Amino acid sequence: MPDAPLLEISRLDAFYGDFQALFSVSLDIAPGEIFAIVGANGAGKSTLLKSIAGQMPAPTESILFDGEKIGGRPAFSIVRQGVALVPEGRRLFPSLSVEENLLIGAQGGRKGEWNLRRVQELFPVLAERARQPSASLSGGQQQMVAIARALMSNPKLLLCDEISLGLSPLVVRDIYAVLPAIAAGGVAIAIVEQDVARALAASRRVVCLREGRVVLAGLSHDVTRAEVAAAYFGV
Amino acid sequence: MEWANSILQGVLVGGLYALFAAGLSLIFGVMRLVNIAHGDLIVLAAYLALVATQTLGVGPMTSLLLIAPLMAAIGYALQRFLLNQTLGGDLLPPLLVTFGLSVIIQNGLLEIFTANSRKLQAGDIEVATWAISDKLSIGALPALQFAVAVAVIGGLQWLFYRTAMGRAFRATSDDPQTAQLVGLDNRHVFALAMALSLAIVAIAGVFLAVRANFDPAIGPARLIFGFEAVIIGGLGNLWGTLAGGVILGVAQAIGAKIDPGWQLLAGHIAFLAVLAVRPEGFFPRVKH
Repeated sequence: MPDAPLLEISRLDAFYGDFQALFSVSLDIAPGEIFAIVGANGAGKSTLLKSIAGQMPAPTESILFDGEKIGGRPAFSIVRQGVALVPEGRRLFPSLSVEENLLIGAQGGRKGEWNLRRVQELFPVLAERARQPSASLSGGQQQMVAIARALMSNPKLLLCDEISLGLSPLVVRDIYAVLPAIAAGGVAIAIVEQDVARALAASRRVVCLREGRVVLAGLSHDVTRAEVAAAYFGV
Repeated sequence: MEWANSILQGVLVGGLYALFAAGLSLIFGVMRLVNIAHGDLIVLAAYLALVATQTLGVGPMTSLLLIAPLMAAIGYALQRFLLNQTLGGDLLPPLLVTFGLSVIIQNGLLEIFTANSRKLQAGDIEVATWAISDKLSIGALPALQFAVAVAVIGGLQWLFYRTAMGRAFRATSDDPQTAQLVGLDNRHVFALAMALSLAIVAIAGVFLAVRANFDPAIGPARLIFGFEAVIIGGLGNLWGTLAGGVILGVAQAIGAKIDPGWQLLAGHIAFLAVLAVRPEGFFPRVKH
């Protein structure tokens, strides 16, 4: 291993009431790497991201980030620690303008290279639409706002939950095209994605979840489609 | 001309009602909390101002320099340590807890200050008037009260739409879960909103106490005026709240002109009429 892992998850369980959604999930993510988490609907991908981001209860010692045990901490404290989640469905604030949605991303007060000017350079359309209500944007533009808002917190780890959902292939391609530029600045990115080919192409390493368990883990360019298909469907 | 005078006085009283309403509207907007103790907190502020004026020998307006921060601190603590625990989905727990709080404040004030009615003395300003014509005059105090109401509403509007704090209020109101994802601690944001609400309550309490007699039992009626102004104006619109207060004040003034016993009734009837004809209020929040 070249670097000490940025994020280390060990034997993480997660529950919705009596229903267990994750079973002893372990994985680690290195600084600056793009890491894909694939799996069918209900495999536990979003639950995993929510546990990391503090939206789900988690045992303290099961999630180690940047040398600190962050499991079960409240979400607002984890984002200040340097983990930002781009939530599924984008979840922009409708009564805030595009620019305000971006500015509020910096609320945690972390210092770093990302600021309003930088994210507007990354997604120029966000500068053009700065004064508009966020709800007036197209789906793809809204997704850009959601990613840019998360970047404004200057994360060391960016968690992207289904950022291609409901978007046209062309827009998805544009959005995925900026991920390497973000990672080049030292930000690790974990992408949850249903489009396996897209996820493998964009990432260095991949895990596949099925029914709350890690069923495949490896380097993205080493795993074969057949292996992924077998892990994905459990056949 | 007598009618014009009544209506003018009604408009100015409306400023006071808008002050009652602004704090209510603010916390409902940010955290969907209906504060039944709002009126009693206004009366509490009036008594605190009474104590301050008596012990420090300062005027009621000067006492606000102390009372407004004090009420804000009470609001912050109240929200952080009590009311935050009642929030989350169901509307009933905060209603019950603030209702209990209302009873506690009323009885606490009764115990300490007795049921005797009191008044704050503001000196010359209470009787100063500007005569516009023989029949039409404006009292300095009601004018000040109205100007302060406009300033408070304008200040809130600025804070909500021009500052980082207002942005945090709106974001948390939109989507409390996602607000946490950007680093906002809802417990703190809600406590700040309550602190702001009670700072306005302090202003409302002092004007209430300078304008007329008060005793520990008058809180609930102020709450009703506040509610009525909010509903008439339209939920979530600050300038609408001012308009709502003015409409209520004018309706009461007209009622009183017809028959002094009709003053309060006329206000309630105006409220019910608005509720029947335009239940969303005159100026509901614009939907994006």
